[in-house]
Amino acid sequence: MNLLLALTDPIYNGGIDLTVFLIILGKVLFVFVLLLLSVLMYIWFMRKVIARLQNRVGPTRAGPFGLLQTLADGIKLFFKEQSIPNSADRRIFKLAPYLAITPAFLAFLIVPFGGEVTIAGHRTFLQGAELPFGILWLLCMSGIGLYGVMLAGWSSGSKYPLLGGVRASAQLLSYEAAFGLAIVGVLVQANTLSTRAIVEQQGWTGIESIFNGDWYWLPAVVALVIFVMAAIAETNHPPFDMVEAEQELTGGFLTEYTGIRFAIFMMTEFMNLITMSAIAVTLFFGGPSGPGLGFLAPNGWFNAWVMPMFWFFFKVLLLLFATVWVRASLPRLRYDQLMSFGWKFLIEIAFLWVMVSAVVVVGKEEGWAMYVVLPAAVVGALIVGLILYLSVPKKRELVEEIR
Amino acid sequence: MGLLQGFAVTLRQVGKGTVTEHFPKEKRPITARRHGRHVLNRYEDGMEKCIGCELCAGVCPAKCIYVRGADNPPDAPVSPGERYGFVYEINYLRCIHCDMCVEACPTEAITETKLFEFSFTNREDAIYTKNELLVGDDGRARRQPWELWLGHEDDDTSEWMRATAPSGQAAFENVVAWSGELGFGVRAPEEGQTRVVPVAELHDDHGHDDHDDHNGHDDHDDHNGHDDHNHGGVDG
Repeated sequence: MNLLLALTDPIYNGGIDLTVFLIILGKVLFVFVLLLLSVLMYIWFMRKVIARLQNRVGPTRAGPFGLLQTLADGIKLFFKEQSIPNSADRRIFKLAPYLAITPAFLAFLIVPFGGEVTIAGHRTFLQGAELPFGILWLLCMSGIGLYGVMLAGWSSGSKYPLLGGVRASAQLLSYEAAFGLAIVGVLVQANTLSTRAIVEQQGWTGIESIFNGDWYWLPAVVALVIFVMAAIAETNHPPFDMVEAEQELTGGFLTEYTGIRFAIFMMTEFMNLITMSAIAVTLFFGGPSGPGLGFLAPNGWFNAWVMPMFWFFFKVLLLLFATVWVRASLPRLRYDQLMSFGWKFLIEIAFLWVMVSAVVVVGKEEGWAMYVVLPAAVVGALIVGLILYLSVPKKRELVEEIR
Repeated sequence: MGLLQGFAVTLRQVGKGTVTEHFPKEKRPITARRHGRHVLNRYEDGMEKCIGCELCAGVCPAKCIYVRGADNPPDAPVSPGERYGFVYEINYLRCIHCDMCVEACPTEAITETKLFEFSFTNREDAIYTKNELLVGDDGRARRQPWELWLGHEDDDTSEWMRATAPSGQAAFENVVAWSGELGFGVRAPEEGQTRVVPVAELHDDHGHDDHDDHNGHDDHDDHNGHDDHNHGGVDG
């Protein structure tokens, strides 16, 4: 056990005493508060940006620039009466929001949001927990989060929530596959599951490290595209917010939820989006790595503490802006489009990409001639893709089968 | 490609600015014919104009007006005539501000102001009774505690017009015939309307079907093009 701990965060090297415990507690509390605050800020940010993209001004009344609008909404929801349908399974109905939000908090623990710092004589990473199997933790948590949504729909005891819950479980399961394969696209490059190790491999050596393949977005560019699409679908955000398509399902699994339980579900969704953006930054954009301020000491407190955090949040903010832009621009997919997009397109592409990048990585290690291996891998992938494409039934054939 | 075009479309809007009206801070100009909340007018001597005839209640398509008339007490008459509006209530949760009550009123007792900045927190506040509707001694609408008056819409309390011929007589078509007794908001005639009839003259003419002095086709040379068909109607 001690060996496993020593492999991870250097804070555990000297055993666990009270200081270490307090530092860890502080880090966990920081992550908790950070997520809550960033949800508040993200909702404000989203409403402001989406308003600008639609010639509106967004919230302006509560606080300066409407900054406190989300807080006001939250307070309102907190004090609202909560109703539970007679036909609901009361215990599960009450449990479901917490089943959804707990994994959302836990998933963020593995995200490295800062560099390596010294607190009270202990070296430690700025991240909730450095797990040797970090990425698997993320996949576990997003899998458990599905239960919250599914049980919410099932326990509401009414039709639309049930349909919404079924849709949610189908959609999340389908995109989990593409999501996982997109992550594997990075993992074969990084050769590790630890998020800290992944960001340390994507160090900053100058502006060229963005484009020379140090950051994994370039060697895994197809994986990045698939990751973004699958992550948006995983978090039920437009254009994949099929789960709560209000024109079809009123509110999906949220229909019967009111007050603070509703607020918890909404928070969960935005928290998941923030976590996904943070994971994308970790996997593809070097996490907290970025240039420090040259005129300060390279290992001074500012360059060790503030600059990595600044770069991390800056990158996350850029990605969050992209999600808002997507939300403002794209209409919602139809459910069958969503499913066939996930199963017939995303998973295949992700799978073939993993194959090609595996060949490239192994070829590099073994010293194979790249100009032979790379075309061979691509051609092989294309052949497999063609076979897959031919074996997937076409819409015309499906129609004839039904006839 | 259509997908990417969508992104360009939304991003382009950022440069175009916003179209939002910042209502409480900035107000758009009120249009000339806005229908706001009602007032019950009074004559200059303070007598109420309402005679409790219930025509407004009868014509109201939303059935939001409730009127009960009563005989004027002989020693302290409320209105100049025989009867007066004893109860007068308008339910603003139902009113659609169509102004048909104003058109129906034979004495110009009920008119609409341009006040629109009022809201309620309970249903009782939404029912305006005579207490709230009657104008003050200066002829202006009286502000209620729950009403928000940001502009000066109360300057125009008796500015109103009938959609059809005044007093329902064909000979008066396009003659501006509102009285504006208390001096607030007599609006200049619009295009197609001939002239403002002085109050005294209007009262003289009342009830004369064959009167044709008020066609006024030599008064308004600036509206020649639009007045042609009106002239024909009046002269014939």
